[in-house]
Amino acid sequence: MNQILNPELAQISLIFIYASMALYTIAFLAFATHLSQLASDKKAVRQSASRLEKFGIWAMVPAVAVHGVGVVLRGISASRVPWSNMYEFSITGAFIVSLIFLIAMYVKDTRLVATFVSGFTLLVLGTATTAFYVGVKTLPPALQDYWLVIHVIVAVLATAFFNIAAALSVAYLLKTSTWFKTNKGTFTVRVNRILAMFPKAPKLEKLSYRFNIIGFILWSFTLIAGAIWAEKAWHRYWGWDTKEVWTFIIWTIYAGYLHANATRGWSGKRSAWLALIGFAAIIFNFTIVNLYFKGLHVYSGL
Amino acid sequence: MVSRPTANDKVVNPVNSPKLSPLEWLRWIWRQLTSMSTALILLLMLAAAAIPGSLVSQRSADPNGVTKFFKENPTLAPILDAFQLFDVYTSAWFSAIYILLFISLIGCVLPRTKVHFEAMRSAPVRTPSNLRRMPAFAEFKSTKPDVLSRAEALLKKKHYRVSVQTDAQGNPESVSAERGYLRETGNLVFHFALIGVLLAVGIGGGQSFSGQRVLVEGETFVNNLSGYDSLSPGTFFKAEQLVPLTLTLDRFEADFYFDKENPESKGSPTDFRAFVTAKIGSDGKPQKSLIRVNEPLELPGAKVYLTGNGYAPIITIRDAEGAVAFSGPTPYLPQDANYTSLGVIKVPDAKPDQFGIVSFFYPTVGELSTGALTSLFPQAALPLLTMNVYVGDLGLDGGDPKNVFALNTHGLKQVAGGKSGVKGIQLEVGQVQELPNNMGTISFDGIKRYASLDVDYNPGAGWVLVFALLALAGVTVSLLVPRRRVWVRKTEQGYEVAALARGDDPSLENVIEEIGKILKKKDKK
Ligand code: HEM
Repeated sequence: MNQILNPELAQISLIFIYASMALYTIAFLAFATHLSQLASDKKAVRQSASRLEKFGIWAMVPAVAVHGVGVVLRGISASRVPWSNMYEFSITGAFIVSLIFLIAMYVKDTRLVATFVSGFTLLVLGTATTAFYVGVKTLPPALQDYWLVIHVIVAVLATAFFNIAAALSVAYLLKTSTWFKTNKGTFTVRVNRILAMFPKAPKLEKLSYRFNIIGFILWSFTLIAGAIWAEKAWHRYWGWDTKEVWTFIIWTIYAGYLHANATRGWSGKRSAWLALIGFAAIIFNFTIVNLYFKGLHVYSGL
Repeated sequence: MVSRPTANDKVVNPVNSPKLSPLEWLRWIWRQLTSMSTALILLLMLAAAAIPGSLVSQRSADPNGVTKFFKENPTLAPILDAFQLFDVYTSAWFSAIYILLFISLIGCVLPRTKVHFEAMRSAPVRTPSNLRRMPAFAEFKSTKPDVLSRAEALLKKKHYRVSVQTDAQGNPESVSAERGYLRETGNLVFHFALIGVLLAVGIGGGQSFSGQRVLVEGETFVNNLSGYDSLSPGTFFKAEQLVPLTLTLDRFEADFYFDKENPESKGSPTDFRAFVTAKIGSDGKPQKSLIRVNEPLELPGAKVYLTGNGYAPIITIRDAEGAVAFSGPTPYLPQDANYTSLGVIKVPDAKPDQFGIVSFFYPTVGELSTGALTSLFPQAALPLLTMNVYVGDLGLDGGDPKNVFALNTHGLKQVAGGKSGVKGIQLEVGQVQELPNNMGTISFDGIKRYASLDVDYNPGAGWVLVFALLALAGVTVSLLVPRRRVWVRKTEQGYEVAALARGDDPSLENVIEEIGKILKKKDKK
């Protein structure tokens, strides 16, 4: 089987990704300035803030569209799904997060997290293009399987859900922090003004929980799908390869999180911290484990 | 039961806790072990205990890494080994955590199953006296007398389990309903399925078998213990479990990417194909099949996987007396992505002296700027063999197994290549050369490929999958099906509706609104 690669198209895809980064930057600056205006001590400044927010959304929509074109072109240039190395996971994952955000904004008012989402996408794309970039490459025989499509896309989706849940947990922890409430520094006062616009703490906790349970179900599926694939490609369904170890660790931490929610003395702040530890493990798994740990999952392409 | 100390006890006897009999102690320990917070701590401990196995090479996943670590850290390695850090997942401490966790799991799930079973057969709990204290509550005005019977019908239609409570005179007073028993069922199925996964992994692993064999094109392998180069049987594996099988590698093909426009991917593998003929059973018919990386050959009771491949140059060596001392294809081990390969040839039968050869094979030979040889592409387009020759006792008579890919040159004398003063041997396909010191001749007659095959037998795998999918289904149901109680009570002005969720329930508020509204709408008719 010969694979057809088109490096020129990959270059064009990269240009689209860069262009989307420029647009995300504009959106992010607009959202961030908007947020700081909302936090301002002057009432007039706070009231005039919504124009900037509109401008940010107008930059965000084409950013996501251009980003999407870049992802699709990347797939075409390699004649396969665009998620078989770290650069590709990153651009595809960031695209899914941004797209979910735009759709969610249409359904429900989620503008408050616009700064977070645009900033996060920008950060991921920046890391992807500078640290993870590789030209289009062939797919090694072990990855040539339909499980690549299923296993990886579900893992990316699970990560997206855990990510949103983690952001909500951070908001929850800030909101319930007594230090934050009583501290009278100008910065904390401003942050508190923004936090006041977020849903109440119990609501944040519940929202975070709901994103985490979807994440957990998807992650459990990822783990099982990975084992099925490993049985096909590596002749054993589980071998404590470094990546398998970390998938297990993450699953176990989130199982602990779910227990914590039902255990007296552990729900609330402690379980929110567990969710954050779980998400930290996911980031660790995607970056440090991929790049520096040895194992069979050598697909960073670097 | 252990009696709970009351406030009074504390005043009278602040230091000594009540004396427990041994049986009570056991009960106390059991109660601690099966508590939710112990389960939580054990889960977090399990996650933490798994970490070191990803930092230190493990004997099961990366035995070469362990050997290397021992060589590089001769003082540290034995210390880590004493703590079983090279076998984390079978270590005493890792096992202790998960065994305790599963004991806790069983102790927790059995009583809950009993409770759940009873709950499923009994009526929903009576309507509490004060509904206003419930997390979701609403009041509706109405003068119609039949609210309760309509509420009963409505809740039944919505798959609630319903019971009607009456006052002293036997008139209906309130309706209590409960739904979502499946939530607890799913939770129990999930936890039981985890026990199933553990048992299937353990029992299946004990009966499993994994054997490796390098097969050169044209060679045939017979499935018995001596047919393998290396093997790792499970604890309870018996040799009789091996299916009668012979397997011949007819041909091996490999594709590597090549496109002048895109040098970056040059030489990366795109496909490996092992064409084999299998004879299954003692008098089986030959069946031709193709094994690829994601497509193992499925046999009854075993699978054959393609795990590696390389070149096996065909070499013939004649000794000083002209007798053939060595002949045949020799598998070489690939050292880089372009298949620069290392091979070792041992010629114990050569007369007058034994000798050994350390050899490199370059499928498409090229030269680095330093003058050293290298391979430029994985296909055999311009093949070359180079050889260094060592004379002396090869140490093969001891009888202990020797690594076929290594030659211990200690005590041997190098007579060609390196610092020996004599140029190393270089051979193209079809060439013959004299060995130094009139030791004989060597010829490079052709090239074959070989496949590394892995025969795996794992009877537990199917069960593991079944239980894992059961766990997935259980946890999905348990997390997504809301369990809630709903009450409707008739009051003087109308009726009250209240609801209480057990666990997370995103639509609790909406539920009472909806029920209230439907009842109201019917009211108006
Ligand atoms: C191998 C160890 C265990 C794992 C991986 C595990 C995992 C989970 C998960 C993922 C959930 C949430 C989903 C659901 O409700 O079905 C859960 C819930 C639960 N687990 Fe476990 N569990 C384990 C052991 C235990 C043990 C030992 C106990 C008892 C002490 C226990 C008691 C419970 C209870 C009561 C719930 C329901 C919590 C609720 O109402 O939300 N589990 N468990």
